[in-house]
Amino acid sequence: MICARCNKRPATVHYTEITNNKKQETHLCEECAREAGITGFGIMPQFVLHNLLGGLFEEQKAPVEPAYGRCLSCGLTEQEFAGRGLFGCADCYTSLRPAVDQILRRVHGTTQHTGKLPQRCGKLVGKKQELKRLRRELEIAVRKEEFEKAAEIRDRIRDLEKGLEGGN
Amino acid sequence: MALRETLVDPHSHWMEDGGAEADVVVSSRVRIARNLSTYPFPHRLSREQAEEVIHAVRLAVERPESVKKLGLFEVSLLAELTPVERRILVEKHLVSPDFLKGDPVGKAVVLRPDEMVSIMVNEEDHLRIQCLKPGLALEECWRLAGDVDDELEATLEYAFNEEFGYLSACPTNVGTGLRASVMMHLPGLVATRVLDEVVSGLSKLGMAVRGLYGEGTRAAGDLFQISNQITLGRREDEIISNLTALARRLVAQEREYRQSLYAKQRGALEDRIFRSYGVLQYARVINSEEAMRCLSDLRLGLALKIIGNIPLGLVSELMVLIQPAFLTKAAGKDLKPFERDMLRARLIRDRLQVVRNGKGERKKK
Repeated sequence: MICARCNKRPATVHYTEITNNKKQETHLCEECAREAGITGFGIMPQFVLHNLLGGLFEEQKAPVEPAYGRCLSCGLTEQEFAGRGLFGCADCYTSLRPAVDQILRRVHGTTQHTGKLPQRCGKLVGKKQELKRLRRELEIAVRKEEFEKAAEIRDRIRDLEKGLEGGN
Repeated sequence: MALRETLVDPHSHWMEDGGAEADVVVSSRVRIARNLSTYPFPHRLSREQAEEVIHAVRLAVERPESVKKLGLFEVSLLAELTPVERRILVEKHLVSPDFLKGDPVGKAVVLRPDEMVSIMVNEEDHLRIQCLKPGLALEECWRLAGDVDDELEATLEYAFNEEFGYLSACPTNVGTGLRASVMMHLPGLVATRVLDEVVSGLSKLGMAVRGLYGEGTRAAGDLFQISNQITLGRREDEIISNLTALARRLVAQEREYRQSLYAKQRGALEDRIFRSYGVLQYARVINSEEAMRCLSDLRLGLALKIIGNIPLGLVSELMVLIQPAFLTKAAGKDLKPFERDMLRARLIRDRLQVVRNGKGERKKK
């Protein structure tokens, strides 16, 4: 079999892509495969995902606000993010809100981290997270008219809030 | 095993026998993404800043407390390895293929000699901590990755936000930064053509499936990697236990399909497996596609106990040994495709010969 791209060298890389149950086969020589960015491993090229993410950004931005936002720390613009799908620095997450919230909600269905915390800020953030969770529970208890339970939760919220005001 | 050894020996800890559900699950992997709060993300680092990040990581893993708890790690600059050596790290699954894209300068790989833990520095994120173990062992992987994370955090200040969690360059990794995956051998699901259903079912549950070796008309070697997609809004232990539970279900299904295949088409299946075993033992020239197909058949034959006396781990090892970079390294020079196919056939023959002569016991590392 001859390479489908250069029509010279023998095809040694056989690449199958299945999108929506449509199969497309490509037979390339090693050189052309390398140029096309196809390697033996992890065949799914990453830029596809990143392009998609950029799409999410653009889609929502157009009707809301025509001007591009810019990260206050590293200067990354929303347009640059849309092109590459990567943020520039940690501060982009706060600088480029509310677009960030929208993206995270679309990708993960939420914006609230509930997992591990760095030990450094762990205690304080842990308490804040606990507080949020308790407030949600309180709301549910009230709605279900479980007032005894609600009172219990309210007391725990008060204790936690006192602790937080006390600096810890 | 120091890095020099890592680069010549195709064997790695994740191939060892004795893992849970080893007849179907080859290996488990947990990877966590972390970034330093005071530097831009890697794609926007200057060369000096990239070197500073590497230096900070080096200091963190060389702390006596860290060495005492986790053992010694070896830090290697990617630019100091040859392109073939870098490919070998990919073929052994110790670094990602993306890690090799672009300029090697300003990137480093941190490796524990047992190859259970590796850290990519300045891939898409400043740190990608990865733990690899044989069989279904996601919990153990997560525990180990978490320990490494804790030790590093003692000196590195991570980019973290109360609401969004650990911040990553790509929003698909934010929150826990955790990507857990299992490498599964699914010849039964492939042969009975139910894999498409499985793939679409898993993607509805927020899991991604991809063929591990993407050549040929089917995922070569029938190896698939299943991983979580969502990293935010779920706790690490939830992600780990969800994927573990799903993997168990898949294991049970795969076993069922294998058994029914064996019951219904015993003659044909045995013929296929023994033919492949014959090819592996006697072929003089074999391309990678055929080798992967035969090795997959051999693995199935071992799991069904149609063939005995070969450790499953040897199959994993051979699947790595026959990859291009390893063959180039073994030959000590660049090879033409035909020479490579000859060397591949010889190496497979030799390794199987050793096992058949009863010298299959590997030295313990």
